[in-house]
Amino acid sequence: MPLYRRHLPCRFFTGLVVFFHFFLFLLLAGQAISQTAETPVSSAIDSLKLTDHTPLPPGSISAEDVPDDAGGAIDIIWEVSPDDVPNGKVRSYHIFRSVSLNGMPSEFTKIGEINAGSTTFRDGRAAEDVDNFYKVAAVNFENSNGTLLWEAMSSPALVGPVHATSQWFNTRRVNAFVGVVLLSAIIIFLINQAKSGKNLYIRKIAGLEAVDEAVGRATEMGKKILFIPGIQDMNDVQTIAGIAILGHVAELAAEYEAKLEVPVSKSLVMVTARETMKEAYARAGRSDAFHESQVVFITEDQFGYAAAVEGQIVREKPATIFYQGAFFAESLLLAEVGNAEGAIQIAGTGEPSQLPFFVAACDYTLIGEELFAASAYMSHEPRQLGSLKGQDVGKAVFLVAIVVGIVCATFGWIDLSHFFRVN
Amino acid sequence: MRREIPLIITTIAGLVFAISYFIPHMPFGEAETIFGDWVTIVQAFAIWLGVLNLLRVTGEKIHRKRPGWTYAAIVIVTMVGTIAIGIYEGFAGMNATPPSSYRDAGTTFDWIFQYLYDPLSSTMFAMLAFYISSAAYRAFRARNLEATMLLIAAFFMMGGRVPLLDQLISPFTDTLVFSKLSSWIMNFPVAGGQRAIAIGIALGIMSSSLRVILGIERSHIGGGE
Repeated sequence: MPLYRRHLPCRFFTGLVVFFHFFLFLLLAGQAISQTAETPVSSAIDSLKLTDHTPLPPGSISAEDVPDDAGGAIDIIWEVSPDDVPNGKVRSYHIFRSVSLNGMPSEFTKIGEINAGSTTFRDGRAAEDVDNFYKVAAVNFENSNGTLLWEAMSSPALVGPVHATSQWFNTRRVNAFVGVVLLSAIIIFLINQAKSGKNLYIRKIAGLEAVDEAVGRATEMGKKILFIPGIQDMNDVQTIAGIAILGHVAELAAEYEAKLEVPVSKSLVMVTARETMKEAYARAGRSDAFHESQVVFITEDQFGYAAAVEGQIVREKPATIFYQGAFFAESLLLAEVGNAEGAIQIAGTGEPSQLPFFVAACDYTLIGEELFAASAYMSHEPRQLGSLKGQDVGKAVFLVAIVVGIVCATFGWIDLSHFFRVN
Repeated sequence: MRREIPLIITTIAGLVFAISYFIPHMPFGEAETIFGDWVTIVQAFAIWLGVLNLLRVTGEKIHRKRPGWTYAAIVIVTMVGTIAIGIYEGFAGMNATPPSSYRDAGTTFDWIFQYLYDPLSSTMFAMLAFYISSAAYRAFRARNLEATMLLIAAFFMMGGRVPLLDQLISPFTDTLVFSKLSSWIMNFPVAGGQRAIAIGIALGIMSSSLRVILGIERSHIGGGE
């Protein structure tokens, strides 16, 4: 038998075994590769994958104290990683902070993360009077149903030390400061002018001229006057303005012996209104006519209050209703009911969105600034009238600035709006 | 001293607030937060003044059988009932395992809120639609030049806010005339007017604040010299 014939079965089996092993190897390798896509970082194949997916670090990192603040804040700024491109390797940036007392960073802790494409992060909880060090790392990761499959982080770049300090003046508000000082100086100057006896012209405000008539009407008709000081508390300047007007109305009501009632929606307003009315009745020499029950707390709830006052208007049909203070959605609910009952109504608010409702439903409306001018206007006291004049001069200043701004903007000379922008 | 102490407190508080707007450094930077907390605490205690006053006034009304005393009775029953249920469920929830709140879904307090308070509030708010119609009817009657201008502006505004008019003129033009006109009215004349009012209000607030800080305006502490 030729030699090759004798070795043929042997070669066949050898080839079969080699082929079987090769097939087995392919099968196992395939299984191994398919498993690494589902298991986290630990296997050798994963390491190869992460090396492949690790992004390059962000560049040019800097950190600086946030200016014009109360301290405790540092801005960290960087340039995006070269891998931070659409469908690139960067999914987010992680920011780490280390606090040191000896000039060298200690252990870093992660303080936040921000989406890819970002170049700034504000650390709003930086400690003051210590060295703060920061690291920013570009991060790539993959999630499946909310579970982190793997995460690859670039080598972070270090920056620091940086100090978070507080400033003694907010330089971004210089324009507001100049404006406040200038207008305050004008108002104080005109108050002094008025005190020295100089006669100041104040334009007539129809709504305030009608107060006497409105109180007199209630007296003649023998009906009540309702005074509604809005639904805000005493920390709102509109309520303070409303209470100031209440003082004058109460004095008139006491003189004319008209019945005045004040339903309120805040306890502190109730206490203040009582005190103001008590003094007003005393000034009119009618202390005995004042009763605390004239000022009634209803409820703090907006629509509950509106419902109660509406009911009171419908049942008692007051001759005169004053709405002076901060009003919102209840403004028209109240004013329309008062209108339907035929009451003479004088409204005043600093809420621009409610002014149209009052204008439509009331006989007189104090528009914005007139509410704040009312107390001074009705007092006829020179010092208060001086402040009113100052308010008018302030308006004139703004008017001139607006006209100059329009001219400059129209001819493209200079954009004056920058000077009036407040941060 | 009855006048001086409140005036001193007002002046100091007013100045600190004004300064804190420009000086972020401690202690001024924190002033707004600190004072805000104080106001909240004072308001929380002061609410009892209001509640007790309400009980006294309504109680007196019931006792003397004054007109509308039945409404006063409803006020007392609902107020005391709601407070009692809230307190009872609050304590019961604290002792329960696991602890629960009187505001949790399914409690009687929550039922009162969901099925009594909420519908009543919504009803009041919904009535605004009818009042707006009646007020608009009065305001838009063309009695004089201003009212006529208001009527015309309102026509274009309403025409721009609903697609019907633009749809009607669509065979003649592709431009949304009414929408654009209403946007122009809102962005220019209305915005300009509102800004003018806002500037006046800001100056008024400043002038009022100065009067209060300087002690010229004293009505809020009862007036007088």
